[in-house]
Amino acid sequence: MITIGLTHYLIISSILFSLGLFGIITRKNAIMVLMGVELILNAANINFIAFGKYNNYNHGQLYALFVIVLAAAEAAIALAIVLNIYKNFSTVNVDEIDTLKD
Amino acid sequence: MTDIQLVQLAIAILFLPLLGFTAVIFAGMKIKKAYLIEVSIIILAFLASVFLMVQKLVYFPDVNIVKEFTWVNLGNTPLLGPIQWDLGIIVDNLSVIMIFVVTLISMLVHLFSIVYMHGDKRYNRYFAYLGIFTFSMTGIVFTHNMLMMYIFWELVGLSSYLLIGFWFEKKSASDASKKAFIVNRIGDIGMFSGILILFATYKTFTFETIFNEIAKGHLPFGSELWLTITGLLIFAGAIGKSAQFPLHVWLPDAMEGPTPVSALIHAATMVAAGVYLVVRIFALLSADALMIIATIGAISAFIPATIALTQNDIKKVLAYSTVSQLGYMIMALGVGAFHFAFFHLITHAFFKACLFLGSGSVIHAMHHEQDIRNMGGLKKKLPVTYATFLMSTLAISGVPLTSGFLSKDGILAGTWAFAGLTGNYLFAAVGFLVAAMTAFYMFRLVILAFHGEPRNKEKYDHAHESPWLMAMPLVLLAGLSVFFWYTPNPIDGGKGWFVSKWINEPTLVAPNKYEFFKEKEVSQISEANVVEHSAKSNANHEVMFSETYTEAMHHAHYPAMILSLIVAGIGIFFSFFIYQWKKADPEKIANKIKPLYNLSYNKWYFDEIYDATFVKGTLLLSSALAWIDAKIIDGIVDGSADVTRAISRFSGKFDSVVVDGLVNFMAYLSGFIGLIFRRFQTGKVQTYVVLVVFSLVIILFLLK
Amino acid sequence: MNFPYLSLLTFLPIVGMVLILFLPKTQSVVVKSITLVVTGLQVILAGFMLSSYNYALGGINDPNSFQFIEKFRWIEISNFSWLGTIKIDYFLGIDGLSVPMVLLTSIITFIATLASWKIDKQVKGYFALFLLLDTGMMGVFVALDFFLFYIFWELMLLPMYFLIGIWGGKRREYAAIKFFLYTLLGSVFMLLVMIGLYFSVQEILPDGSRVFTFNLLAMMDKANFIDGGILAPMSSLRMIAYIALFIGFAIKIPMFPFHTWLPDAHVEAPTAISVILAGVLLKMGTYGILRICYPIFPEITHQLGWYIALFGMINIIYGALCAMAQKDFKKLIAYSSVSHMGFVMLGMASMNTAGISGAILQMFNHGTITAMLFIIVGVIYDRAHTRGINDFGGLATQMPIYTGFVTLAFFAAIGLPGLSGFVSEAFVFLGAFNEAGIRVVTIISTLGILLGAGYMLWTLQRIFLGPLNEKWNQLKDLDLREYAMLVPLTIIIIFLGVYPSSMLNLMNSSVNAMVDFMAKAKILYGSVGGF
Repeated sequence: MITIGLTHYLIISSILFSLGLFGIITRKNAIMVLMGVELILNAANINFIAFGKYNNYNHGQLYALFVIVLAAAEAAIALAIVLNIYKNFSTVNVDEIDTLKD
Repeated sequence: MTDIQLVQLAIAILFLPLLGFTAVIFAGMKIKKAYLIEVSIIILAFLASVFLMVQKLVYFPDVNIVKEFTWVNLGNTPLLGPIQWDLGIIVDNLSVIMIFVVTLISMLVHLFSIVYMHGDKRYNRYFAYLGIFTFSMTGIVFTHNMLMMYIFWELVGLSSYLLIGFWFEKKSASDASKKAFIVNRIGDIGMFSGILILFATYKTFTFETIFNEIAKGHLPFGSELWLTITGLLIFAGAIGKSAQFPLHVWLPDAMEGPTPVSALIHAATMVAAGVYLVVRIFALLSADALMIIATIGAISAFIPATIALTQNDIKKVLAYSTVSQLGYMIMALGVGAFHFAFFHLITHAFFKACLFLGSGSVIHAMHHEQDIRNMGGLKKKLPVTYATFLMSTLAISGVPLTSGFLSKDGILAGTWAFAGLTGNYLFAAVGFLVAAMTAFYMFRLVILAFHGEPRNKEKYDHAHESPWLMAMPLVLLAGLSVFFWYTPNPIDGGKGWFVSKWINEPTLVAPNKYEFFKEKEVSQISEANVVEHSAKSNANHEVMFSETYTEAMHHAHYPAMILSLIVAGIGIFFSFFIYQWKKADPEKIANKIKPLYNLSYNKWYFDEIYDATFVKGTLLLSSALAWIDAKIIDGIVDGSADVTRAISRFSGKFDSVVVDGLVNFMAYLSGFIGLIFRRFQTGKVQTYVVLVVFSLVIILFLLK
Repeated sequence: MNFPYLSLLTFLPIVGMVLILFLPKTQSVVVKSITLVVTGLQVILAGFMLSSYNYALGGINDPNSFQFIEKFRWIEISNFSWLGTIKIDYFLGIDGLSVPMVLLTSIITFIATLASWKIDKQVKGYFALFLLLDTGMMGVFVALDFFLFYIFWELMLLPMYFLIGIWGGKRREYAAIKFFLYTLLGSVFMLLVMIGLYFSVQEILPDGSRVFTFNLLAMMDKANFIDGGILAPMSSLRMIAYIALFIGFAIKIPMFPFHTWLPDAHVEAPTAISVILAGVLLKMGTYGILRICYPIFPEITHQLGWYIALFGMINIIYGALCAMAQKDFKKLIAYSSVSHMGFVMLGMASMNTAGISGAILQMFNHGTITAMLFIIVGVIYDRAHTRGINDFGGLATQMPIYTGFVTLAFFAAIGLPGLSGFVSEAFVFLGAFNEAGIRVVTIISTLGILLGAGYMLWTLQRIFLGPLNEKWNQLKDLDLREYAMLVPLTIIIIFLGVYPSSMLNLMNSSVNAMVDFMAKAKILYGSVGGF
């Protein structure tokens, strides 16, 4: 019988992080990139909670809560940006929006 | 009259013509008759001169009245001691006689000109110029001072310039006036240098002081040689003004001026100034200087006489005759015949003025025809002119009973005596030769112009005798060519009052003297009549004309007189032989001696030689220097600018290529680097994220 | 304190300039009138000053015998690093050397104002610069502090540059730049020597302390030089400094071979500026030599006297010969200036009373005569718009009165007795001939009298005599303005020709003081090795 330990949580969160990162890097659609960001935030949340549990340190859960709140806010703002980008560029394809270069 | 008053009178005579000049110049612009001011002033001056002469010769025959004025005074100076420029007036026998001659001829010329110049568009100005000339000449006559002599010397040059170039519309006239002034200036430089030497040595310009210093043995630079040089340098002024060889070339050209001017300035008075100068400085001339002076006089007597033989312009003949006669006087001074030189100066002034005015009368009658080949037979038409012209010709040829005979005879006797005393026969030979030539060419002139048949009928028919205003001066001057004004003895001028009473003997102070001038004791002149700054000599030992020379002249007198009569007779005879009786064809004779004839006809090529050497040389030098100045000296300046600009171009290049290049290179380099790194800047968030992650991994890996 | 004549003379033009600058551009007559009034006042002021001038006082190196002195501390910086106290005085004063120059400047400027009357291009600027130039010139002649002298010297340079460069002829820029650079080169030399002298001379102040000084009079006293100062007596650098300073002034004279800026500047400058250039500016060179070179370096002056005379001779002969070859009337007059300034140098080189009096008188006379000559050129150029000597002919028929003035001016220039040029030339020659060392040079220089007559009379003939060139039968004779310029100059020329004592007495004491000083210095300084 394998006891679930910290390592497992971390592996899960790494996978989640990697998936998020992969999503951010590869997706063309800005919405999908945003979803990648959400995945990464959640990976971080898992870490906070896991470390909090295994180190008897309750603050981890507190931070996770904060992150959730922030993520919600972030999603709202990001979606608003995306909406505006769409308005300006008529696309949400991040490859085409390279004005940052200039 | 007291002596002071005489000096005041002299000053009045001096300044009257200047007043006339100023008045006529200013009034002449508005008033047509302004010339009358000048004419009346000159008559006044003449009357004053007569009065002055009589007063002086009667009441003060043996006193030289001198009055000096300080013109510039620098006071006592640290290095040179007192520096003071004085102007001095001397009223002595020479100056009063000379002033009489000057004002008389000037007055006659004024009167003559009233008719002669009538209708000229610058009529008034002509008289103004005559006024300033008379002023300047009077200054020369009265001066007792080297500086004042130089001042008036130059002013005379100016008035001569103005009058020769009076008809300046003619190029020849303006050329002649320029030539006269410049040639005179050559002599003046010599004179000025002489004055410099005198001032450096004696710190004064006054003749008397200088003579006294020399008598005391104080010589320029302490050497007799320098005294000789000084004398000759001052004489150079006389060479210029009296048109002596080698500066005689200006005088014939000066005939471009109006004929009365030629009579006044270029025959009678101004050109005599050179002789007058030598008379004034006679005391300081050493034997060597006198020898050179005599030689120059002899050359100047001879060459122009040969030229006069062949000239066809009536005024040119007279001009060369003038040079020749002036040479005579200079030669006479050189051999020591002081009295007769001055005597000849006076007699020559009268008869030469008469000749020139006579020629003016002829030219006037012939409507400005000057070539004697177009004249002939004029004696019927112009009886008065002819008579007076003939009288003067007789005088200049040295025919007895004329004044010219007396003075010329004296000069010839002087050269003869000189020959006897020194063994130098050259001057005597030249004297007689020139006398013969003078007689010849003067009679040639008279015969060609007045005798025979008219050669130009048309002009002859229009000729008419001049009005009395022109004739009167001629008669007066011709009258003055008769002997009895000067001496009661028609064959010996030396015994007359003019030579023996009126001309004071100069003292001779130069240490190097002709041997026949001996020292003798001179009694002091009474001081009672002498004005302050007296001209009275302080020296007890004075060298006077010795008995020896006077004696020799006395002995030479009769042989010289006979010989001179013979040579004059020969000259006159040949003249009649060829031109009056036509026994020989002048053309044939000319052809036989073609080279000599050409030499004479072309005035010995002096003008050509001077033109080719000095004039061309100076102009060439000046254009060469101007070229050097513009191309080389200024070229260096401009070149330095060019060099500076070349350097600046180079440094500009250096700056833009190297220095700025380095800066630009840095910019390029950073640009290049930026080029590489900008690749990373895609503007795509995802690329950045990849980079961030990738870098993070590397950092983590490194930090491990 | 006395009435500040000198400051007024110097700065009156500046006041006028400021007034002019406040005027609108269109008021050109007012501008000209103001200039005329200011320069006229200057003449009157100079006349008043002359009436209370004491002829007996010498000046030169003695501060107590300068007149109309104005002296106060102008710049003072205490404890300025190692230099100690820097002090520069505002020090004006005149003696017999400067009085003729002050008179000359005021007269010539006044006449030049009249000559400028026809300027119609940027009138305001012209007259403003003109007045500034006036201040500069006057300042040079009255300053007794080297620093002040230098400032005025440079002050006059700039307006001159613009006056030639803007109101000049065809090649005005070339001429202006040449003039400016050439003179500036001289100024650089002067500046170097000035600084060298500053560090060699200390003045004792009333409180007993010793400070470095620019005071020219202090520099003339051998005792004021500090031991080991770079230009102290016996220093071998003095020779080099002297030559540098001399060249600085010689450019202005202008001395051969530094003279080539002059013909160009004259040809291009407008008439009035030519008048000022020839009438006043050239005198600054010789004035500077007499005021500064001579008394500060007397022993070297004695050593080099022969060369000064030699260059004077070269100027005389060379200038005359060059003048003879010119085809441009104005250029000819410019070269004649070179020749005439040679007489000044010859006279200075004699270092005796006759020679130096002659030199200063010649400076004054040349100022008036050449001014007249340039006005004459201007008159004909205004009418005919050409200056080619060979383009004319027979003008005496067309313009008799003008020709009369020309003849007078020409004869004055060739030294005809009775006119002013003669007296000064005669004095120069008398003085120079008295010095055994330069006798030969003097005799050769007399050739200049002959050459002068040559080119002047030739010019007179080519322009005025002969048949009238029909091209010019429209030319008018002089107008009132031209009379107003020529008549005063004529009067001065004749007056000084007949009664030169009026001017000679004015400077006599100073010249004697100078000669005395120079003679004593010969003993005092001993002889110093050359290079």
